[in-house]
Amino acid sequence: MSGAEKIKVKVTEITPINELVTRFRFTQINGELLPTFSGGAHTVVEMDDGGITRLNPYSLMSDPYDQSSYTISVRRDDEGRGGSLFMHNNVTVGDEMTISYPVNLFSLDLRADKHLFIAGGIGITPFLAQIKQLERFNGNWELHYACRSEALGSYVNVLTDRHPNETHIYYDDQSQAINLVNLLDGQPLGTHVYVCGPKGMINWVRKTAEDAGWPRDNIHYEEFLAPQPGKPFEVKLATSNKVIQVGEHESLLEAMEREGVDAPYLCRGGACGQCETHVIGYDGQFIHRDHWLDDDEHASGEKIMPCVSRFEGKTLVLDR
Amino acid sequence: MTIQFNDETFRDDYSFRNSEWAIKRFPFPFHEDSYMYSVNMEQHRGGPAGSVYEKRFDVDEHYLAEMKDRALVLDQDPLRCQSLPHMTLAGWDLLELIMECKSEDYPDLFELHRNGNTWRWVNKPMGIDDTFTFLDETTLPYGPMEYITRQAQGDFAVLDQRDDMLWMDAGMITTQADWSLDFDIGMNFFEWHAPVPLAHEKGIFIRALKFLLNIQQGAPARRLNWTMTVNPLLDTSPENYHKWGIQKTELSPENIGHKQHLRVELQTFYRLPRSNALVFPIRCYLCNFQDMMTMPKWGRRLHRVIRDLPDELATYKGFIDNKPMMLDYLSQFDDGQPTSPGIWPDQETEPPLQK
Repeated sequence: MSGAEKIKVKVTEITPINELVTRFRFTQINGELLPTFSGGAHTVVEMDDGGITRLNPYSLMSDPYDQSSYTISVRRDDEGRGGSLFMHNNVTVGDEMTISYPVNLFSLDLRADKHLFIAGGIGITPFLAQIKQLERFNGNWELHYACRSEALGSYVNVLTDRHPNETHIYYDDQSQAINLVNLLDGQPLGTHVYVCGPKGMINWVRKTAEDAGWPRDNIHYEEFLAPQPGKPFEVKLATSNKVIQVGEHESLLEAMEREGVDAPYLCRGGACGQCETHVIGYDGQFIHRDHWLDDDEHASGEKIMPCVSRFEGKTLVLDR
Repeated sequence: MTIQFNDETFRDDYSFRNSEWAIKRFPFPFHEDSYMYSVNMEQHRGGPAGSVYEKRFDVDEHYLAEMKDRALVLDQDPLRCQSLPHMTLAGWDLLELIMECKSEDYPDLFELHRNGNTWRWVNKPMGIDDTFTFLDETTLPYGPMEYITRQAQGDFAVLDQRDDMLWMDAGMITTQADWSLDFDIGMNFFEWHAPVPLAHEKGIFIRALKFLLNIQQGAPARRLNWTMTVNPLLDTSPENYHKWGIQKTELSPENIGHKQHLRVELQTFYRLPRSNALVFPIRCYLCNFQDMMTMPKWGRRLHRVIRDLPDELATYKGFIDNKPMMLDYLSQFDDGQPTSPGIWPDQETEPPLQK
C-alpha cells in the first residue's frame, strides 16, 4: 500500500476565515483520540470528487498535543484543478472523510536557540502548530507574516492578541514589506529560519540568507506544489506492462493510480521524494516541477517525480 | 500466558538459559541457506502468536535478569546512556510509546493510568509504581529515556532527523554487538556505519537511509541482524573488550555446543510523533548452538550459512578464528537434506536428522 496510514474522520466544524480561506475540523469517527504530531506536519486529505480521487496535502494547524481534533485551513484556488474547490463547495459538517497519519517534512530543528518564522499568506498554517508546540516549552520564536490585505490576513488577530511581542504583520496593500536583510542581520547565533509561502518568497528568503552567510542547515522551507494541468500524454509502464493516458487535468501519479498501479507516494507535492521513478526511455521533453531532484538529475532524463512533473513528446517508458 | 522470569546472569557464572519455549520462539535470522546483506526491512505489525514479532515490544523470560544486567553496566559506566539536550522531547515520545504498548500488549504485567498530564505507571515484574507529570523531567528519578529504557529489554538508539539525514543524538546502549554510543554520539548515519564491510559497495546504506527517513507515524518497520558471541554476554561493548574478547579463545570442541551463541538482533524502527525523531530499538536474543540444533532445519541451515559466508563478514563479526571449529561442530547436524524457505523452525514438517 502506498502513502501513510489512514484515519477515518468526521468533519465536525467548518469555519469561514475570510473570502478565500476556510477552516475544517476533523475528529476520529470511532471516537478515539487522534495521534499527536510534531509542529510542521501535514495530512493528506482524500476527496471523492465525482469519481475522481483527489489527494491533497494540508498542514495541520491545531495544537499538536490536542488529540481530540485536527484542524486544517484550505485556501480556495479558483484556477486550480479542483481539490480546494471541492473542500469549499462540497464538504459539509457531518461528512466522513479519510485523511493520512501526520507526516512531517517541515520539522522544527530542536537544537535551535531561536526559531525565526517567515510566512506568506496561507503559508501561516504550519507555523500555527509550531508556535503552539514551542509555547509549551517556553521556546524562543518570532514570526514575520506577510498578507495581501487586512481582510485576507488569516489568523492575524489571534496571533497579535496572544503573542503581541513575537508577531509582526506586513500588509502588501499598505506597501509594508519585510526588511529581510536587516531582520536576518539582527539574529543571534543559533537561530534557524523557516519559510513557508509562495515560491518567490521561499527563493527570496533562501537566497538572502545564503548570501548573508547563513549555514544551509539553518534554513528550512516548505512549499507544496499543486500539480498543474498540461497537455495530455501517453506513458508506457514497463513493470506493470500497461500503456496509460495522462489527461490534461490529472497528474501522472493520479493516472497511474486510476489504472490500478500501486505507485509509492507520500506528500504528492514534489517535496518528499517517495514517488521518484526511473525513466527507461523517452523521446521528448520533461516538464520537471519538483523540489526533490537536483538540476543535474532533471537534466539527465533518468528520473521523474510523477506527483507534479509532466512530459511532452512522443514516447515515455517508466520503470513502474 | 504468564511468563516465568528466570533468575540468571549474563556474566561471571553465566547461568543464562533458554527454556524450550524460548528456543522455539528464537528469531532464527536466516530465511535461506545463505546470507548476504540486504535491505531486509518489513512492516512491524505483529506476527505469529507467541513469536517475538507478535507484540510491539517483546517481553520474555529474561526480562528481569536483563534489567538487572543493564543496571550493573550503567553503574560501572554511566556514559552508556546519553541524550543530547535537544533530544529530551524524543525521550518523552519513547516513554509514551513503550508505556502505551506494554500496558496494551501485557495488561497483566504493566498498567498506565493517565489523568491529563498526571500519569501513573505500574511495572509489576519490577515492583515499580510511580506517579509523575508527563513532560516534566523533575518528576522522574531519571530523564524520560533513561527511566523507561531501564525497564525495557534491548538497546535503544534515538535518532534525530534533520536535513534528510539521521543523527545518533541519544541512546541507551548496554547490550550491543561491539559498538559504542559514547564514540558514535552526534554522528550521522553514514559515519556510524563506516566500519561495516561490503555493504557500502552494494549501496545498502544509501537505500537503507532513504527507507528509514520515510518511516512514518503508525507504520513501524523491522529487520533481523546477527552475529556470534562466546558465552551469553549481553554487554559485548568495545569499552569492555578487554574482558570479553579473550573469552573467544576459550572455545573448544568439547564446550562449543553450550558456549557458542548465535546473537540475533530484532531491530525495529518507529517514528516518534512529538519530536519527529526516529527510535531504533535493538533487541538482543541469544541461543547457544546445542539448543539451536534441537530444530533440524536450523541445524542444516546454520552449517550452510557459516560455511559459505565471505571471510570479510566472518572477520567483521569477530568469529573468523573460530570458524573452522564451528563448522566441525555444525557439520554433524547437516545431512544434506533440503530446507523449507523462511525463518520458522517448521518442526512438524522438517524431517529429523538423517545421520
